[in-house]
Amino acid sequence: MTSPDEAGRQERPEQPDVILCADGPMLVRGDHVVQDADGGLHRTTRPISAICRCGKSGVPPWCDATHKVIPRRSA
Amino acid sequence: MLTPKGRGSLSEVVFEAMRGAAPSWRRALHTLPDTDEDLQITLWALYEMHYRGFEDVDEALEWQPELIELRRSLETTFEQDLRERIPHASPDGEFAEAFFGFVADHDGPSLATFVHREADHEQTLELLRMRSIYHLKESDPSAWLVPRLPDATKAALMELQFDEYGCGDVNRLHARMFARGMDDCGLRPEYGAYIDDVPLEVLEENNAMSLFGLNRRLRGAALGHLAAFEVTSSLPSRRMAQGLGRLGLAPSMIDYYAEHVEADAVHEQLAVRTICGSLLAEEPAQRDEIFFGAATCLDLEDRFARRMLQTWAA
Repeated sequence: MTSPDEAGRQERPEQPDVILCADGPMLVRGDHVVQDADGGLHRTTRPISAICRCGKSGVPPWCDATHKVIPRRSA
Repeated sequence: MLTPKGRGSLSEVVFEAMRGAAPSWRRALHTLPDTDEDLQITLWALYEMHYRGFEDVDEALEWQPELIELRRSLETTFEQDLRERIPHASPDGEFAEAFFGFVADHDGPSLATFVHREADHEQTLELLRMRSIYHLKESDPSAWLVPRLPDATKAALMELQFDEYGCGDVNRLHARMFARGMDDCGLRPEYGAYIDDVPLEVLEENNAMSLFGLNRRLRGAALGHLAAFEVTSSLPSRRMAQGLGRLGLAPSMIDYYAEHVEADAVHEQLAVRTICGSLLAEEPAQRDEIFFGAATCLDLEDRFARRMLQTWAA
């Protein structure tokens, strides 16, 4: 038997705050201050932001889709 | 905005009837378009009745049965044409990977690359005039979809649309940012100002979005179109921003494109993963329609790019 709490959770799957995109950026929902590799601080400006994970963005720490033109590492 | 100039028998008769005090709908319904351009400008004006309308047309005509009948007839022809242009098979595999791969494998001419490296001042302004037909109503065709979607897709689409519409700040509304850029470039910022100057390909691009947005049965195509549009926006927007900078154009117009570099790096992920992804989770049969919409978006932009590059090369 599921408890009312468990049933409630099943009906309302949790909304992630962070989404890791395969071969792409990390999406973060909400207001955050992101520290870049050099210690610089950057406040998010939109409801959901994409943070660069490939290290090649021209507008770090944000994603600018540059990952799409970098050759993919073979598995 | 006033009704556009007619581009043939059909549009002339229909626009005259729309403006008239005692219109002859029968004549409007029994006139055939002379050309594709005549059909498309008529369809564009009929769709526009559902957006902001025309100062010289009574807004009560939005649901005039004869105009709806005519719109249905023209959009049926247009939809058949679009479907005939697109290969039927859609790629297999995990959706997001298949979708990004589908767009990446598409090899079409790029206006952004031309603006980045080669375009002169006048060519770039001409392109901005063409783009203004859509950018001044940016995201509006996708707004039609909201009440037509399952809950998860509706929530996901609104997360994207909220950003497009400036998160409550009219100055960050993308269409308003483009209008400011137009004004600062010495171009007319009013909605629809350049409709008489745009070629067939621009009318088709705009009409396809309205066709998909205004017909619930085409919701999959609409979301596929949206996703392909977003996936082909971030990198080209950077080229546009750099090209506009090279030509010394207004900083506000550069800002518009720079904003799209970051915004659409987010939006492309949302459009593919949370928006199309959630629709497919609920309605797997929409997969082919999503790819039809995406392929249409890419094909129409190719046609427009070829047209402009040919014109400028001549």
